[in-house]
Amino acid sequence: MDFLAPTSWAEALECKAAHPDAVAIAGGTDVMVELNFDHRRPPALLDLNRVPELADWALDDGRVRLGAGVPYVRVISELGHLLPGLAMAARTVGSPQIRNRGTVGGNLGAASPAGDSHPALLAAFASVEIGSVRGTREVPVAEFFTGVKRSVLEPDELISAVLVTPPSGPQQFSKIGTRNAMVIAVSAFGFALHPDTRTVGTGIGSAAPTPRPAPEAAAFLAGELEAAGLWSSRGALPATLATEFGRRVRDAAAPIDDVRGSAAYRSHALSVMARRTATWAWDAYRDENRSAA
Amino acid sequence: MRIELTVNGVAREADDVWEGESLLYALRERLGLPGSKNACEQGECGSCTVYLDGAPVCACLVAAGQAQGREVTTVEGLAGDGLDPVQQAFVEKGAVQCGFCTPGFLMSTKDLLDRDPAPSDPEIREALAGNLCRCTGYEKILDAVRTAAANR
Ligand SMILES: Cc1cc2nc3c(=O)[nH]c(=O)nc-3n(C[C@H](O)[C@H](O)[C@H](O)COP(=O)(O)OP(=O)(O)OC[C@H]3O[C@@H](n4cnc5c(N)ncnc54)[C@H](O)[C@@H]3O)c2cc1C
Ligand code: FES
Ligand code: FES
Repeated sequence: MDFLAPTSWAEALECKAAHPDAVAIAGGTDVMVELNFDHRRPPALLDLNRVPELADWALDDGRVRLGAGVPYVRVISELGHLLPGLAMAARTVGSPQIRNRGTVGGNLGAASPAGDSHPALLAAFASVEIGSVRGTREVPVAEFFTGVKRSVLEPDELISAVLVTPPSGPQQFSKIGTRNAMVIAVSAFGFALHPDTRTVGTGIGSAAPTPRPAPEAAAFLAGELEAAGLWSSRGALPATLATEFGRRVRDAAAPIDDVRGSAAYRSHALSVMARRTATWAWDAYRDENRSAA
Repeated sequence: MRIELTVNGVAREADDVWEGESLLYALRERLGLPGSKNACEQGECGSCTVYLDGAPVCACLVAAGQAQGREVTTVEGLAGDGLDPVQQAFVEKGAVQCGFCTPGFLMSTKDLLDRDPAPSDPEIREALAGNLCRCTGYEKILDAVRTAAANR
């Protein structure tokens, strides 16, 4: 096995082009489990810890560029004000030890349907910035996943960053598991209000072969809010509307029975999480108005 | 491959490190530091907790090569002239039974108290969520953490 340790982004891309079967390793919280249990024996590891370009985030022209190698602990402590939905999701990942190492780039790279950052990124309409020696491309998170643990990444490509314009309204994240820490989600849901465009962002986790948005449910909720003039009046969210939104989110999922939960339980949980997160976010949106007045 | 790193303040090197091996393996089998325990090798139990550049991590999930040039602190590095107050509190409160989880709990507890000298019970539970104990039932561990906070 080779151990490739590039010290710049350009060098990392050259390494990946020269060794397309090298496995990238950032926090190692997915990769090392596979190596320790001999589930994978790649010809080379490509360590990204020494690539400074991946290690930071910046606010650039109103858009957050979150380096692929920034660990969850920093997403929580530094991005709570800009991307509260993602920070909430990050707080639920594993344990302190895992959050000190694990990264959003690694979560995307692993492309698990249960990855906790994915619902938050979907709800925020984020994109993945992908690089190779051939150039750079940007893929909306909603188009990034192609199957269970599969993504659009080509063998010579690496993720450089997540690009996300902070949603203009409140965000929420909800996750169901068997305890409060160290659990893979039975199912999860991300929600964001985008009052500037009068749209709603959604993200379903652990209830389909890939993380996915619920576009029909989102358009329905945004349209009903518009029709009732609620975006501008900031009146209360009718309970019937929140419940119907939950139903439509549930219908957008395609859950299976597995050791963590049944499909029926996942469907029910999703409808409840969608209703609750929408209500919490809407209440926060109404409060913004009160505190501004 | 060869790796060079600082462990408990001392410059160390290890030869013939396999490229896919964990920092935990390198510490235990190549550097003669068996204090960090290997129980699950999948990040679940926390018995391998060490500090990598000051932050607690599961040594089983760090590739040894990733620690090249970096600073590692293991449980062997906790005591100075006497036991660290966290170690002392674990002894006093009977928070150790078989002892396998103890190094990890010590590292997580010390990190918590360095960040927050007077944590609430929920904060203690959250900080120790990545450490499992099969013996004590946790009550005495929580007692020890509270005692360590009070005595520091
Ligand atoms: C005990 C434990 C608990 C966990 N709990 C959770 C949880 O609650 N929620 C959750 O979502 N996940 C959880 N995980 C899984 C894991 O921690 C996350 O998926 C994490 O985000 C992975 O990040 P990493 O940097 O450690 O990835 P790595 O293990 O380094 O890499 C993961 C994958 O991404 C690829 N990769 C990494 N960086 C890049 C890049 N820049 N470009 C292209 N590919 C890349 C790697 O090749 C690999 O395929 C847990 C894992 C453990 C061991
Ligand atoms: S041995 Fe590393 S967490 Fe269990
Ligand atoms: S004392 Fe035995 S596992 Fe904790």
